[in-house]
Amino acid sequence: MNPGASGVRAEVALFVTCLVDLMRPSIGFAAIRLIESAGYAVRVPAAQTCCGQPAYNSGDRRAAQTLARRFIEQFESYAFIVAPSGSCSATVRMHYPELLADDAEWAPRAQALAAKTFELTQFLVDVAGLTELPARFDGSVTYHDCCSGLREMGVKQQPRRLIGHLPGARLIEMRDCEECCGFGGLFAVKYPDVSGAIVQRKCEAIRSSGAYAVALGDLGCMMNIEGRLRRSGDEFTEVIHIAELLAGRDV
Amino acid sequence: MHFVDRVRQRLDDAELQHNLKRTRGRNAASRAAAVAAFPDFDAVRARATEIRARVLRDLDLWLEAFEAKATESGATVLWARDGEHACELIIDIARRHGVRTVVKSKSMVSEEAGLNAALEAADIRPVETDLGEYILQINDNEPPSHIIMPVIHKSKEQVSALFARVHGTAPKTDIEALTHEARAVLRPQFLGADMGLSGGNFLIAETGSVAIVTNEGNGRLCTTLPRVHVALTGIEKVIPTLEDLSTLLRVLPRSATGQAITNYVSLLTGPRHAGDPDGPEHMYFVLVDGGRADLVGSDFEDMLRCIRCGACMNHCPVYQTIGGHAYGWVYPGPMGSVLTPLYQGLDKALDLPQAATLCNQCSVVCPVSIPLPELMRRLREKQMEQGLRPWRERLATRLWAWAAARPALYAWGARIAVRYLRWLADGRDRIQVMGLAPGWTAQRDFPAPAGATFRDLYARRRQGRA
Repeated sequence: MNPGASGVRAEVALFVTCLVDLMRPSIGFAAIRLIESAGYAVRVPAAQTCCGQPAYNSGDRRAAQTLARRFIEQFESYAFIVAPSGSCSATVRMHYPELLADDAEWAPRAQALAAKTFELTQFLVDVAGLTELPARFDGSVTYHDCCSGLREMGVKQQPRRLIGHLPGARLIEMRDCEECCGFGGLFAVKYPDVSGAIVQRKCEAIRSSGAYAVALGDLGCMMNIEGRLRRSGDEFTEVIHIAELLAGRDV
Repeated sequence: MHFVDRVRQRLDDAELQHNLKRTRGRNAASRAAAVAAFPDFDAVRARATEIRARVLRDLDLWLEAFEAKATESGATVLWARDGEHACELIIDIARRHGVRTVVKSKSMVSEEAGLNAALEAADIRPVETDLGEYILQINDNEPPSHIIMPVIHKSKEQVSALFARVHGTAPKTDIEALTHEARAVLRPQFLGADMGLSGGNFLIAETGSVAIVTNEGNGRLCTTLPRVHVALTGIEKVIPTLEDLSTLLRVLPRSATGQAITNYVSLLTGPRHAGDPDGPEHMYFVLVDGGRADLVGSDFEDMLRCIRCGACMNHCPVYQTIGGHAYGWVYPGPMGSVLTPLYQGLDKALDLPQAATLCNQCSVVCPVSIPLPELMRRLREKQMEQGLRPWRERLATRLWAWAAARPALYAWGARIAVRYLRWLADGRDRIQVMGLAPGWTAQRDFPAPAGATFRDLYARRRQGRA
């Protein structure tokens, strides 16, 4: 993984993800700054849309397969594919090979793509070995382990190591940091009462950690937690995506 | 009652919520400690998974081998199509031996079969002897809310009030005293019963034995004191050898309660033989299909590996929030969300595979590596294929997927969506009522979008640079 003669490492394709595109573009730009600061060239395939996760989790396998094939076409020519999301990267890395397993043409392409797809902090630490960050964060921060990142991608130490390298930041662990926040995609809309009770527990754990901010790697979970904190009157606890924590928020 | 209403009821039940909060995380912590103290738990888990998977590949052969050995040992093996058939067979056995009272140790298959009601209707008295099951039986036959801790939803204060009312004793909340009180009621039942009914954690093919794992000793009494012993369990519980049993016993109690081993592990082989100091005169196995055979070789075969430890529900954010009764049938939590639609019918439990966040914690702790979230996803696919989802949901998924395959249209749609959400936010940083997703804003605010999509901003920046 050493830089080539040009001093620039391989090309990384950024999978922006639907939610970042729609809700928080600044997370996408923060991801670009981080990957570039690690010496890689970032490309953003223009025709990208969605990885198909909502269809896959809703039981629409055919739609998920269609979108998976599209995604592979868009991204397979790059050396690495990186997404600022545990669940979107897990869809590609963990589920595409299963989704297309019965398709002789696409199964090997899905497997090849899966092997070079990473969640952002996983890429920065495990592949790029990044230790110097382009920003600082003055304050205490607690980290919520989003389910797919943690249990499907194996993202646990990577964000904590990066926070350790972040000037000014102090990591405080909250209790039950690995417990689900109750988002679950459409679950939050279909079963709001259960989802609300689960995210309430998460918010209490965040508050009792005493941290100034909570950082996490998935925008869906972030909106769930931020939305519940604000609804319950907490205007102060900052909810911040790990990319923006590490790279700063300037757009 | 609809699932959503049952859930609402449980969330509004202050006493239940208090009890759930008190026990939440306790079993998970015990399991974590037990696993941490065990060298190379993952390797044993992999072996346990392999044993269960291997059996299922030739389930019929292993069952025949078991039947031959069990018969050789003097037991009678009976096959039940379903729960109802199992009840018929057991009542038949009871009549043949003039049985009037049956003492039961814990059996979830008997819950599946509705055995107690069937026995009562046949004028045979069932007495639950597992402390938790006994508490539920005297509380008007309340169903269990957990597969190994049936009364986890109740506090000792509730049990105290129940005992005082039913036993006519002074209320007491000392758990040991309550246990002694139940013991005093149950002792004569063991001595006077004509039949003992047990479940079966495992059936061992090489010896024709049933293995029973308990903590209270009631299983021992049920299976040795009465004249007749019936072991009632599912056909999937067979394993090849005693060596396999020792492997599975390493993961079962650790996953369930965090114990290295349970207080009692009984291995029962045939009725009392000449020279045996105790044991029943007659021993029967009633082995139930009840939908299991259909799963062999299907997309859901993995589910049959289940050894009923309860780790999935002990670690499930949804179960830990709503308790077991809200699931509506015998099996709660993630394993129940898969089994209920498979055994009761897909259309009978539409919510269960949907009412999960797919957080994957259940499959991480499962001692036989059942991919529970994958199985729930497959059930969602079946619902979709069979047209069991609401048409609006199907249409929305289709439309969205259609647009997502067309980048220009998708980009335009995203732009419109941002504008719409910004309009809803009305200058604020959040949306408090959202007509299209009322469920979201019923429980939390919806953070407003920043203002432009990433793709538009990115394109603008590239142009600026050029």
